[in-house]
Amino acid sequence: MLRLVNVNSYYGLVHVLKNVSMHVGEGEVVTIIGANGAGKTTTLRTVSGLHPVKSGRIFFEDRDITGWPAERLVDLGIAHVPEGRQIFSPMSVYDNLELGGHLIYKHYGRKRLKAEIDEVFAMFPVLRQRRRQYAGTLSGGEQQMLAIGMALMSGPRMLLLDEPSMGLAPMIARDIFARVSRLRQERNLTVLLIEQNARAALNISHRGYVMETGRILLEEDAGALLANPEVKRAYLGRDQREIWE
Amino acid sequence: METGLITDLLQFLFMGIQRGAIYAMVAIGFNMIYNSTGIINFAQGEFVVLGGLMMVSLTMSLKLSLVFAFLMSVAFVTVVGILMERLTINPVRRPTVLRLIIITIAVSMLFKGSAMCFWGKGSHYMHHFTDAPPLEVMGATILPQSLWVIGILALVVIGYVMFFNWTMTGKCMRACAINRDAARLAGINDRRMVMLSFALSAAIGAVAGIIITPIIQMDYARGALLGLKGFGAAVIGGLGNSMGAVAAGLLLGIIEALSGGFISSHYMDAIALLVMLGVLFVRPGGLFGSSEEVRLKEF
Repeated sequence: MLRLVNVNSYYGLVHVLKNVSMHVGEGEVVTIIGANGAGKTTTLRTVSGLHPVKSGRIFFEDRDITGWPAERLVDLGIAHVPEGRQIFSPMSVYDNLELGGHLIYKHYGRKRLKAEIDEVFAMFPVLRQRRRQYAGTLSGGEQQMLAIGMALMSGPRMLLLDEPSMGLAPMIARDIFARVSRLRQERNLTVLLIEQNARAALNISHRGYVMETGRILLEEDAGALLANPEVKRAYLGRDQREIWE
Repeated sequence: METGLITDLLQFLFMGIQRGAIYAMVAIGFNMIYNSTGIINFAQGEFVVLGGLMMVSLTMSLKLSLVFAFLMSVAFVTVVGILMERLTINPVRRPTVLRLIIITIAVSMLFKGSAMCFWGKGSHYMHHFTDAPPLEVMGATILPQSLWVIGILALVVIGYVMFFNWTMTGKCMRACAINRDAARLAGINDRRMVMLSFALSAAIGAVAGIIITPIIQMDYARGALLGLKGFGAAVIGGLGNSMGAVAAGLLLGIIEALSGGFISSHYMDAIALLVMLGVLFVRPGGLFGSSEEVRLKEF
């Protein structure tokens, strides 16, 4: 469904992605693990059109989408939930969802938009309770739900999730993972996931990639990665390691 | 003596509100573009001048009806605003705040020069909107045109609030201002929102120019000072905060009129600017801005 072929990209003069090639099949959940600064976030930003590609090609459903602007990719069905819960804090929860469904509104009108918002409310009932509140006043977990809800509002076929559990209490992080995995089944979503909490992410994934300093080191089934002694040592570690995250 | 003072006070107050209304509208224009691009558009005052001069030509020379001429002038300046964005802002390949601001300064000179070529150096007279005689309130006189100015400011403010809170396009523009990347990921075309902000602030500038022209008599060079005062109002109100700008604009107008009346009309402009400096020394984020926000702004 998604294919990256020898993608290179830069931040100024810094070569961030070095010949990154990967693929995500339809209905698959794929996790990228790696240390900070390995280029995971840049990979997602490059796929969703927020970051320019220097060379290489990106294909979505066999269409060459290299260099497309972010807003067009959303229309095509790629929804990106960026790191750090990027919501519109000074606006109400309801307005945030409306903006997430801005393209639905443009294509199908207000009725359809309302129906979609109701569907998101059905999935995350707590958002319905908080619909009039400013998004910035929500708790971390609720903000993450809102961010995912906003992404779902565009009716995506592929979801790019950047550190959905960052800064959340372990219980809430687990809840988010469970929801992502349920969503995938209900909506037949394809998911590309980045996570510091590699174990939790690999547990709900089919496959995983290991990234280091802008390169893909390893690609394997999630189960095999969880069992791989090198990966275990470097990324899974003891549970305490996750605290400073 | 006592009644004379109150009459004077009222008179200056009305004058101040009428001036302030114009500053408020110019400030709203500054804020719109600031919110969408992070820059100060130094051609904002020129939008006001172009609106006023266009109105003069349409009503006085072509004898068009007031409403039609009003709409035509606003449409004309709106198109000028859109062209400005498309031709000078949008094509910049690596936009930085400084580059864009310098571009707007260049564009403002261009507008000023063209206005001088088309309309000449003289100031232009225009009839008041209505012929009604001035009203008297406790000895102070109010021009009917002042009421027009205040009424239209109220309409602009109401329209502004409705647009940004209730319409999808307005919400999209706010979203772009709050978080550009998140807005793009929601499928909002940020470049189009920038264009729209130029269109809207040009339109508001034009409206301000049109309604003030019968009172101050427009000429090609007025843009700079109007822009400066409007900028002052925007800064005092907290850059980006349009309701703050309206309050600050009115405040600035009133202070100016009072100091002009009671102290000296020669120092009127200087006093307004001193007030602005004073506010910035005490509250760098403006009267209605939060200090937290200021730290995040580029300047």
